[in-house]
Amino acid sequence: MKLMITFSKKEGRKPIIAQAVKDTGVLINVERAFIDSSEGEALIDVPDDQCTLVRERMKALGASVRVLEHGITLDEDECVDCGACVSVCPREVFSMDAGGKLVVDEERCVICGKCIKACPHRALSLKFE
Amino acid sequence: MEKSIGLINERIRDGNARVVTAEEMPAVVADLGVEGALTEVDVVTTGTFGAMCSSGAFLNFGHADPPIRMERIWLNDVEAYGGIAAVDAYIGATQPSDTREADYGGAHVIEDFIAGKAVELRATSHGTDCYPRQSITTELMLEDLNQAIMVNPRNAYQRYNAATNSTDRTLYTYMGTLLPHHGNVSYSGAGLLNPLSNDPDFSVIGSGTPLFLGGAPGVVIGEGTQHSPGGGFGTLMVTAELSRMSPEYVRAATMYGYGVTLYMGVGIPIPVINEQVVRNCAVTDDQISVDLVDYGIPSRNRPTVRKVTYADLKSGSVEIDGEEVRASSLSSLRRARQVAAELAEWVTSGKIEVALPTRPINSTKKAHPMHETIRAPRVGDIMDRRVIRIAETEEIRAAAKKLLKGETNHIPVINDEDRLVGIITTYDISKAVVWPGKASVVRDVMTRDVITTTPDEPVDIAARKLEQHNISALPVVDDQRRVIAMLTAIDLGKLFRGKHR
Repeated sequence: MKLMITFSKKEGRKPIIAQAVKDTGVLINVERAFIDSSEGEALIDVPDDQCTLVRERMKALGASVRVLEHGITLDEDECVDCGACVSVCPREVFSMDAGGKLVVDEERCVICGKCIKACPHRALSLKFE
Repeated sequence: MEKSIGLINERIRDGNARVVTAEEMPAVVADLGVEGALTEVDVVTTGTFGAMCSSGAFLNFGHADPPIRMERIWLNDVEAYGGIAAVDAYIGATQPSDTREADYGGAHVIEDFIAGKAVELRATSHGTDCYPRQSITTELMLEDLNQAIMVNPRNAYQRYNAATNSTDRTLYTYMGTLLPHHGNVSYSGAGLLNPLSNDPDFSVIGSGTPLFLGGAPGVVIGEGTQHSPGGGFGTLMVTAELSRMSPEYVRAATMYGYGVTLYMGVGIPIPVINEQVVRNCAVTDDQISVDLVDYGIPSRNRPTVRKVTYADLKSGSVEIDGEEVRASSLSSLRRARQVAAELAEWVTSGKIEVALPTRPINSTKKAHPMHETIRAPRVGDIMDRRVIRIAETEEIRAAAKKLLKGETNHIPVINDEDRLVGIITTYDISKAVVWPGKASVVRDVMTRDVITTTPDEPVDIAARKLEQHNISALPVVDDQRRVIAMLTAIDLGKLFRGKHR
């Protein structure tokens, strides 16, 4: 399960992810992170059955945690199967089937957002829990 | 052998016409031979569905009471052209909204009309004796208009150059998002299904040719703007009524960083009247090649990276410098197929007939670039040649002194061969203050990654560099990377004093 962790200014330089790994013993996969001196955001992947444990620990350490139920979400009504998203995705989430219909493998998605900008039809978006 | 258009139409009326799509035709010809295919096939349907910026519609709103001669016109805050008197307007697809910018534009107004939504009309006028009214605001549905006639000056490009980007920055273009370092390839067009790819010599497509436009039966007016069939880039001007269109085949879109555009479905039924038509319609994707162009070079003559065919592009990857690069389209092959299939259904069911052109389209001309009477200003015209330089081995204090004199805010740093190696500003000097002891000479604190320009670069390109990198000065370098001048925001101001325009 994917969690979006946001660190705010007041936690400063506390090593929240490392601390949570140490405290819970859960191995976390950091898929994407943007952290500077004052704030940061990290997308992590944790085993489904240990999600609550990690989530609560991170919250206790002062981070805000959002569960990403879905990767990128496709609005089928808006999508015209053009394929503008296909080659901009670093994780090959998108492909075309033999009929030219867009197929989305959202499991692979790391929520980088490149496709959201690239979609001419505003058919791609993120949904948080 | 020839087959008359009359015979084909007779078969269409009788419900006996044999119709295939341009995607199926190569196999038919391979199977039956050219002569056999001419006997067997009456009509080949084509289709494409993609961004066609050069689109729009003429609208007539009917007269208000008291009447108004509308001079400036807005539809849902998108300005429409009103220079065609009284209550006519032309709404262009790429016109952005005055209030919502690229989120909404002329294309969206057209889509909203077709989808049956109400659109707000607002117009102003100076008032005349015959048209006294000075302003009007009303809500209109498509059925409230006397005419809503789509007239697209440039649609259905025969083919289109593919795009990539060699720079180190993501580009947002009308060809979509182009990732840095040739990170992806973007293309447009349906290849062998494209209408004009099936009639490159314009033997059966011309003025008066019936067509499918946005789901409506329409007609080819003639050659499109920028029509350049001599180079393989023919275009068509086309028309059909908005009221008969479907949102399935008319979709507004926004290219991030570029603006609003309109996705249109266009298809043409090609009457199979002779062997030349058969051969043209047997075209395959590997026979249609385009240039893969580097959009990283901001010039009209963008360099070609290599030639690619639609077969290469549709395969999903293209090789550039020994590496496989993902390729994806901006146009929809699936909907292009739907256009060709629906058009085939129209012909089979007798909904439309085929026709030969009433006026041929030139098949050899080439579009030429703009004739510019005033050369676009270059950096060399306005740059400041009084450059204060500093050597990388000088003490930071020396740089601070030069900055304090107030003659400049940016000092280019040079090595002992006079080449540019960095730039130093008051910001860099502050680093030395914050980390005392760690830095003593200019080299220790300078910014090494310097954005530069050259004397022959157009000022517009240099100004974009300043804006994109959020900086206020560019060293102007020669081909040896020696600093010969500086270009600052102040120099840009010279342009507006009229000395250089």
